[in-house]
Amino acid sequence: MSSLPLKVGGGDMEHIHAHAKETYPEECSGVMVGMNTGEMKVVVDVWRAENTHGDERSRRFLIDPKEYIAFEKRADERDMEILGVYHSHPDHPAEPSEYDRDHAWPGWSYVITSVSGDDINATRSWLLKPDRSGYDEEDLVG
Amino acid sequence: MATVRIPTPLRQYTAGNSEVDVTGGTAGEALGQLVETHPDLKQHLYTGDGKLRSFVNVYKGDEDIRYLEGQDTSVEENDELSIIPSIAGGC
Repeated sequence: MSSLPLKVGGGDMEHIHAHAKETYPEECSGVMVGMNTGEMKVVVDVWRAENTHGDERSRRFLIDPKEYIAFEKRADERDMEILGVYHSHPDHPAEPSEYDRDHAWPGWSYVITSVSGDDINATRSWLLKPDRSGYDEEDLVG
Repeated sequence: MATVRIPTPLRQYTAGNSEVDVTGGTAGEALGQLVETHPDLKQHLYTGDGKLRSFVNVYKGDEDIRYLEGQDTSVEENDELSIIPSIAGGC
């Protein structure tokens, strides 16, 4: 089954890029919420999360489970769903790492932004294969 | 019956349900029953050697079972277990 395109509007994409630059050289992360129309996953809003990884925040991020619960509740209240997660790769390509794969959840879009200082190098979206063996790249449309 | 709350990314394996009823006297037994009913969940909750993945958090009410009795935590009628993903990654 081919994946649906992920639509992230200009404003939300700017928000992700601004977050990546602000936290550089550490990783940023957040969730993307919206709805799946059956033809496309439409991001309506992006919510910043705190990177609570204890150390190595330049190459790791972690969203606290309690913050996740709050996000899910907030999305439910707005009749939206969490469509996926964005995070930055400071000075690394916008491709999922082995560590990303180990920690990924099925069905979610993983948007990765490669950032170096004030420069956004690339932003791509990925979907974990159902058997967890790797990723498929998703179309990212504006 | 106790219930297990399913996070968004795993609802595709529970026919879209956000809650699944289980019986079972311990958290481990309740989760075992859950994956028996919904086998496609298993690889996302457990490692190949049968341990819960480190980024899978299970709460009983508001408490992480790691700080209770882990998989041996008792689950009574009307208790709510929640599977809560730790979202992590890195380059």
